[in-house]
Amino acid sequence: MPTYKAPLRDLRFVYYELFDAESLTALPGFEDAGGDLVMTAMEELAKICEEVIQPLNAPGDEEGCKFENGKVTSPKGFKEAYDLLAQGGWTSLICHPDYGGQGLPHHADIMAGEMLCASNLSFAMYQTLTSGAYLAIEHHASQELKNYYLPKLASGEWAGTMCLTEPQAGSDLGLVRMKAEPRGDGSFLLTGTKIFISAGEHDMTENIVHLVLARLPGAPAGTRGISLLIVPKMREEGGKLVLNGVTCGSIEHKMGIKASATCVMNFDGAVGHLVGEPHKGMKAMFTFMNAARLHVGIHGLALAEAARQGAVQFARERLQGRALTGAKYPELEADPILVHPDVRRMLLACRAFTEGARALTAWTTLAIVDAEHHPDPDRQQAGDDLASLLTPVVKAFQTDLGFETTNIALQVCGGYGFTRDYGMEQFVRDCRITPIYEGTNGIQALDLVGRKMPANFGRSLRRFFHPVAEFLAAEAGNERLKEFVEPLAKAFERLQRATGWLAEQSLKSRDEAGAAATDYLHLFGWVAFAFLWARMAKLALEKEGKGGKEDVLFYDAKVRTARFFFQRMLPRHSAHFAALLAGCASTMEFPDEAF
Amino acid sequence: MKIAVCVKQVPDPEARLRVGADGAWIDEEGVAFVLNESDEYAVEEALRIAERTGGEVIAFGLGPERTREALRKVLALGASRAVLLSDPALLGGDALATGRALAAAIRQEGADLVLTGSASSDLGYAATGSVIAGELGWPHAWLVMGVELAEDRRSVRITREMEGGMNELSAVVLPAVIQVQAGINHPRYASLKGIMAAKKKEIREVAAAELGVDAGRLGRAGSRLETVSVALPVSGREVEWIAGDAAAVAAALVTKLEQEAKVLR
Repeated sequence: MPTYKAPLRDLRFVYYELFDAESLTALPGFEDAGGDLVMTAMEELAKICEEVIQPLNAPGDEEGCKFENGKVTSPKGFKEAYDLLAQGGWTSLICHPDYGGQGLPHHADIMAGEMLCASNLSFAMYQTLTSGAYLAIEHHASQELKNYYLPKLASGEWAGTMCLTEPQAGSDLGLVRMKAEPRGDGSFLLTGTKIFISAGEHDMTENIVHLVLARLPGAPAGTRGISLLIVPKMREEGGKLVLNGVTCGSIEHKMGIKASATCVMNFDGAVGHLVGEPHKGMKAMFTFMNAARLHVGIHGLALAEAARQGAVQFARERLQGRALTGAKYPELEADPILVHPDVRRMLLACRAFTEGARALTAWTTLAIVDAEHHPDPDRQQAGDDLASLLTPVVKAFQTDLGFETTNIALQVCGGYGFTRDYGMEQFVRDCRITPIYEGTNGIQALDLVGRKMPANFGRSLRRFFHPVAEFLAAEAGNERLKEFVEPLAKAFERLQRATGWLAEQSLKSRDEAGAAATDYLHLFGWVAFAFLWARMAKLALEKEGKGGKEDVLFYDAKVRTARFFFQRMLPRHSAHFAALLAGCASTMEFPDEAF
Repeated sequence: MKIAVCVKQVPDPEARLRVGADGAWIDEEGVAFVLNESDEYAVEEALRIAERTGGEVIAFGLGPERTREALRKVLALGASRAVLLSDPALLGGDALATGRALAAAIRQEGADLVLTGSASSDLGYAATGSVIAGELGWPHAWLVMGVELAEDRRSVRITREMEGGMNELSAVVLPAVIQVQAGINHPRYASLKGIMAAKKKEIREVAAAELGVDAGRLGRAGSRLETVSVALPVSGREVEWIAGDAAAVAAALVTKLEQEAKVLR
């Protein structure tokens, strides 16, 4: 059974060496939140993840959630672990101190998210949804609603959800039918059904706060007529909590994340309040959705990391065959499979992905911190542009590759990987949802190509292109970096060409953009990884041989992983480039009836 | 109720250790140091007693500057203050010299109860607590599996683990030094609030000269024990199964230990 060790050294490298999260202490409210404090906190949370939450992962998968008489029971141990997190203040890392939060910068939540999800994705869902609900309310709700709900959500006493999907309204939320009728006292009565609601009903908290997309009477059709309402499972009446007409109809039986309750939620005249303005619900919900999409990108990274660790452990212990060039461990009955080129290829592919994804996640996260907290409006704008551009890439690229990585890690373990007892197949099953939920990866690709690429006449895109171009110009003469800079330059040039081609073709036919979108997103993802890997290699080379022995090993491995990435993985970008330039005809001219 | 708890920082049990250049200790470079695990039980017990009685916990640590991290950790868990003895004149000593220094610092601070862990995971002498008690002239108990404060708060009832599944119950008059056994409780995790609050808590440094103890009785100078050399255990792969009934196996094993391994005489 795989164990998990939180990658604290790499997190510190990414946030405090590659990027300068220490500079956040200059921002108002974060004066005390230096790297020392944040990393000390992460070390403690890492222990809770490794010792308490990860051991619940496999049993939780076996047991699953139970549904009986409208009640959902989470697997054994989940409630206790949830209480431990809530009582320790871990549910309110980034919540505002005014509402009882700890007021740490966003990246603390992202590091915590990776560790929690890697330990037990199903368990982590209950908590991350609450923090998403907190953010949406903090950004968009009235002061009265904030005062009422935020302290309860920050303390973890109450949990949160987001209720978007209906049977007929999945990727197309314009089809939402949930009704919200004004009662005349400022509140609304909600009637309708939502499906696929993660953590819609459970036994962790006394109350669950649902953020619900609904239509007010006379609302315009489509997404312009959708409002966001806050609807608690229990509402307060005469100082007591009473049931509010929100019930769970059933839970789904799923391929993975079996310990996360995925609920059908029925609203039967439930009382709710409007969050933000009428018909502007999509805008408010996007705050939640962007945060959630970044988090799903982390799900891909986290499960890949957990699976990678399991694969490395197996490859060290499993003795089969001899190294092709002669026994490496002659004292053993056979060599550990770690010596075999194909096993090394798989392990390094896992490593290059997880470390690259951690860096891309960090870059996006710190852009969000700038967008939300930087006093300089230009930095705010730049942060917002970059984060909105990278969010669909983080979500889709990191879950497509994350799923692939869990599969590779299982492959390393051979037949053992395929058995339930070994624990590796759970990572694959759990990861399979990540390219689907929070907007399928196809939708993410459309978001990148249709919204983010042309946004503000390409300004968002330039927030990415300019730093890459500057890096390439600055390092053009750097002989030591040549092996990294040259392939980056080549891939980047192709991304620019693909972008130009796409902009041109989209004017002729929107199908061109639609058919190219996924290849474009992947090309973008490979280039973003290459940029960050080149920067990581540069930094690691500068630190080569410095520090204690552990550091020397760390930087050496970083440079070697970068080398593997550029030589053995980045070439995959070429395939996406070629496929994209082939155009949409072969896809679109296929007759519908011939499928 | 003022409770002193003594903690030590030790090499991370998961660290890959190498023998240092002088052959007398490990090469500390690049090795992570952590709070000694058995001290975590003493800290937890101290916090629980303090929480029940409304008392305060003061952490004491002797060691190089990095010991500050271990004290910060104890502060994050809930201790209210800490005392750091990192003066070079106090370092490198055996349990006797270390215990003297700690006892002197505790005497200055004043305490009703001193708790220590069972042993350090690096040197493992399990003697510092006894030395502290001896220096202070206070009663001392070790292998303690339960501590209950009497109603009049003038003594503690302790449970000690005996052989054969027996427990010994005794009353110890305060002030006293109690060396708790690992497993006496389930140490808590630090809360995020605790970690943030710990940043602002006091860690007072006390120099050797302030302890009122003759310098010749402290640190390396005050030690009676000298570590001559350390070595990694030799690992071998040979396994021999001794078959037979229990008596025959035991007899064969004794013969082998006497004649082949030469560890019994």
